[in-house]
Amino acid sequence: MKEFFYMGGYGFYVWSSYAVAALILIANIILPIYQRKSMLNKLTKQLERAEQLK
Amino acid sequence: MMKFIHKTASPPYFYRLSGLWIPWLGAITLLLLIAGLYGGLIAAPTDYQQGESYRIIYIHVPAAWMSLFIYMAMAAAGAIGLIWRIKLAETVAVCSAPIGAGFTLLALVTGSLWGKPMWGAWWVWDARLTAELLLLFLYLGVMSLYVAIPDKRVASRAVALLALVGMVNIPIIHYSVEWWNTLHQGPTVTKFDKPSIDMRMLLPLLIMAVAFKIYYVWALFLRVRVELLERERNTQWVKELLHQSKEA
Repeated sequence: MKEFFYMGGYGFYVWSSYAVAALILIANIILPIYQRKSMLNKLTKQLERAEQLK
Repeated sequence: MMKFIHKTASPPYFYRLSGLWIPWLGAITLLLLIAGLYGGLIAAPTDYQQGESYRIIYIHVPAAWMSLFIYMAMAAAGAIGLIWRIKLAETVAVCSAPIGAGFTLLALVTGSLWGKPMWGAWWVWDARLTAELLLLFLYLGVMSLYVAIPDKRVASRAVALLALVGMVNIPIIHYSVEWWNTLHQGPTVTKFDKPSIDMRMLLPLLIMAVAFKIYYVWALFLRVRVELLERERNTQWVKELLHQSKEA
């Protein structure tokens, strides 16, 4: 197990690569999910306001 | 055929369809990633020249392939949007940019992390590296150009033009290792004769490449849905959708 993380001495380079990959891939999924929620909220509020004015 | 395209490409239809597809795309991506990571990090043997450091290949090469693939997809979608004024194509082009930029950044960073132990330098002004950096700037240019123009449809046209002009960079990146004598190693997989790589090393690489492709569709659909909501906010289908979600 220890050997696996050591990666023949290249552990830092290998694991940093995989960490950066995880970070970028997760961000590109989480961000739009969050954006859609806030967009729906924003549009719902706008719609309610528009209907009150009628 | 045109009728089918117009129906599928209509924003309300695509919004609904993509909502159904997203969980499946996510599940397939995760399964492929698990298989690819197992194959690449555990099952594949050690490289006789580069030791364990070569395992960066399973991120670096698929990411670099995606950086080119997404750029071509973005330019193609942009062209379709320009010619036929299909709103969905415009949206796909615009939403591809941040995902492509992510993969380009990933290819550059992992290349740097691989270059340091193998070449002894984090960065060299080599033909391939420089062209890939230019690709990142092209993506960032597309993203900022889109944000800078308030009218989304005008912005889409400007973005499509920029993406198409930037296409000249794509063959330069691809052939850079053959045209110039560079530090970057030559192709191992996309050669016309037999690839010079062990099957147990190649298979996880191909699985990761497919995983990244499906990931792109997944991330793209998520982004396109947000963009469609914003662009179509004054249409009837969005208003109905908002009423439905309020009642639910």
